[in-house]
Amino acid sequence: MSTPPAVSRVLFRRNLLFLAGVVFVGALTVGSSLATDFSFPAGLASVPKAFSWMAVNFIPNARALKALPNIGLKLAETVLVSIMATVLAGGAALVLAIFASRTTRPHPAASAVVRLVASVCRNVPVVAWAMIFLLSFGQNVLTGLLALFIGTVGYLTRAYAEAIDETAESSVEALRASGASWLQTVAQAVFPSVLPQITSWMLYMLETNIRDATLVGILTGTGIGFLFDIYYKSMNYSSAALVVLGIIIVVIAIESTSNALRKVIL
Amino acid sequence: MAILEITHLSKRYKDVLALSDVSLKVRAGEFVTVIGRSGAGKSTLLRCVNRLVEANSGSIEFDGVQVLTLKKQDLRHLRTRIGMIFQHFNLVPRQTVIENVLHGLLGYKSTLAGVLGFYTAEEKEKAFDILDRLGLKDQIHKRCDQLSGGQKQRVGIARALIQEPRLILCDEPIASLDPGSAKKIMDKLYRISRDLNITILMNLHQVDVAIKYSDRIIGVREGRIVYDDDAQKLKKKTVAEIYGSEAEDILFEEQAG
Repeated sequence: MSTPPAVSRVLFRRNLLFLAGVVFVGALTVGSSLATDFSFPAGLASVPKAFSWMAVNFIPNARALKALPNIGLKLAETVLVSIMATVLAGGAALVLAIFASRTTRPHPAASAVVRLVASVCRNVPVVAWAMIFLLSFGQNVLTGLLALFIGTVGYLTRAYAEAIDETAESSVEALRASGASWLQTVAQAVFPSVLPQITSWMLYMLETNIRDATLVGILTGTGIGFLFDIYYKSMNYSSAALVVLGIIIVVIAIESTSNALRKVIL
Repeated sequence: MAILEITHLSKRYKDVLALSDVSLKVRAGEFVTVIGRSGAGKSTLLRCVNRLVEANSGSIEFDGVQVLTLKKQDLRHLRTRIGMIFQHFNLVPRQTVIENVLHGLLGYKSTLAGVLGFYTAEEKEKAFDILDRLGLKDQIHKRCDQLSGGQKQRVGIARALIQEPRLILCDEPIASLDPGSAKKIMDKLYRISRDLNITILMNLHQVDVAIKYSDRIIGVREGRIVYDDDAQKLKKKTVAEIYGSEAEDILFEEQAG
């Protein structure tokens, strides 16, 4: 059986389009590396040198150990701020998601408004939110907390709304049909159905927020990010290295804890 | 005496006419089955009765009440007296059997008691009795996602029965079940209609099953009623009219079964 000419024409056109795409992306890469004076070979060549520098300077020593209590304190602060931002945002997002979801929204207009707000919160990067709040709140913990909170609300509202539509639509229909009120339906059908997804998404956001909090801290002058900034700029590289080590340990610890929690819930 | 009277009912979804000038009467205690191809408007018809779908025009009278003009609270009250059973059971899978059955009582409870899930000892006893009668006594505290399809549908029936409804709407109740469980469910629904004198309005795909269990069959094609008479009087020619080009498959199934 031979392929009809119309089909092979379509296939040929698709191949051509793919080729054009590859050429375009390639040109873009070369063009931007020229524009920014970034030479890939030179960058690659400096890698061994960077590693040998790290091996000499980036090793925690006795001086770094003296900074350990302070590092631990700031790490804890960062983790706590992340937890607080995530939990608060999780609560807010749950309420917003009930208004956003097709299944539970009281009115289509409410859903459209909430979705728009959530989309703005989500699509503006957390670092940009931090910069915006920096102008009005200055350099403090609240600024970082707010930035993480806003980004997380945007993300979780969408995830929760999708979870509701996916898992609760049919039972919501059944409860409505039996005369249950809106609040009763939300409490008895929606919450129990989406509880595992809600928790799982919140744990995921907690991991993300601990990473983001480090970066945001550099901007807002708080937490572990700021401490790294200080050590790095005062050329106290061994202490900066200990900060990095601490962050890595905390991130891994949180991730394995949340994976274990997930297994229990699901 | 008619418990349900639908007159000149029409429903349009954007550019599709789902129901067109549908009129029918159902007597109290009657077992009525609606047959027709998928997309003929069967599901819409059923959902207009308890207003999960809002009709565009016409009227529905249930037990002396005009359904389509009811306000919020009265609509809730109406819904408590109409049970509904679904193709996909529509249970909360992570909750236990008895919790799902008690959901059928939410319409009778105050908002707060319902939200918090407070049920009286009597209510729990009632749920237990119904489950016992449906042969689910040993499954009461099992989570619904651990049940078989037939068991899930029995939980669905229990949830409808605890409402003490006068009418049960059944939307393809056996479409996702194996033949054995399907027969058991149909037998249960038949006994419910006969013993408890509960009216049944059911959508069904299987013509032979419809003929076997129903008092009356309503044939729907493209949103219009094309047959409305005793189940026993349904002729092959009429089935062919209802199902159009699909009829051959349906009739073949009938012979095979």
